[in-house]
Amino acid sequence: MAAKRKTPVKSRNPDLIRGVGKYSRSKMYHKRGLWAIKAKHGGVFPRHDPQPKAPSAAEKPSKFYPADDVKKPLLNKRKPKPTKLRASITPGTVLILLAGRFMGKRVVFLKQLASGLLLVTGPFKINGVPLRRVNQSYVIATSTKVDISGVNLEKFDDKYFAKEVEKKKKKGEGEFFEAEKEDKKKLPEDKKEDQKAVDTSLIKSIEGVPDLKAYLAARFSLKSGMKPHELAF
Amino acid sequence: MPFKRYVEIGRVALVNYGKDHGKLVVIVDVVDQNRALVDAPDMVRSQMNFKRLTLTDIKIDINKVPKKKTLIDAMEKADVKNKWENSSWGRKLIVQKRRASLDDFGRFKLMLAKIKKAGIVRQELAKLKKETSA
Repeated sequence: MAAKRKTPVKSRNPDLIRGVGKYSRSKMYHKRGLWAIKAKHGGVFPRHDPQPKAPSAAEKPSKFYPADDVKKPLLNKRKPKPTKLRASITPGTVLILLAGRFMGKRVVFLKQLASGLLLVTGPFKINGVPLRRVNQSYVIATSTKVDISGVNLEKFDDKYFAKEVEKKKKKGEGEFFEAEKEDKKKLPEDKKEDQKAVDTSLIKSIEGVPDLKAYLAARFSLKSGMKPHELAF
Repeated sequence: MPFKRYVEIGRVALVNYGKDHGKLVVIVDVVDQNRALVDAPDMVRSQMNFKRLTLTDIKIDINKVPKKKTLIDAMEKADVKNKWENSSWGRKLIVQKRRASLDDFGRFKLMLAKIKKAGIVRQELAKLKKETSA
């Protein structure tokens, strides 16, 4: 095949009406420059002989045919879109966690990860919430913001939070009866360092605002008379 | 217990139901037993049922159905806005609005302030109790 053009060819023969072009065959011959191509190749159109095909491997008849016809599933070309972040959630926003171990805790939002989950930290010293991923749906965004400019978040992504793969142990009979539980896995030191690195500058900016530290240390709960649909967060 | 606040032309009332809830309006004319013609500087003159109005103590001096400009001038002269905002009823409404619009941090700070105030009051009370018992 001839080399592809960079822009698609616009027809040199405008339509007078659908099916009828403005220029006749002889005029179009001249417009397309076929006379020039012929002249270049000595009065003859250039021919491209079909290239010899590479010999394809001989196909063996298959040994197995399924008894019933198996239907092929329909082709699915859907690509999920990246999770949209609510406009009320910006880096530094104080969020209220609504579910899970830290239900009710007020927490600082750091950034949205590639998986769509929100990266969040207590800070740990203030309310015990470590660097953690949280789903946007289980969160209330308040209008309180914390200054987050001094924090470097480059190294945190979804891979950082992946579970460590345990090596499978071959089970022997004796081990069934032994207490096989190891003691609780300790947090690796570098994760503790990461937590401290993120939290120190955060805590400084938090202590700059009066009462903010106590606010983040306290848990949120609905009291008598509070109507969530009438509350402003 | 005679009545103290009458429906009359120039009576300032608070709208307590409907689209104009919370607005101060002036009764400008009476349509019939149930309805009044009502006007305010920031709204179109319209009729309203008396059940939607709560009368206030404030009254201004106008003739029946004044022009908008006359109404605004009369309200300025009687200083309706300041009288309302300094009255205890008006102040309560302002505080209610502010409390309703508090965000979560604001509610937390409010709680801390209440606890502090209660602590101070209790201290003073304890002091007084000690004095009387001593």
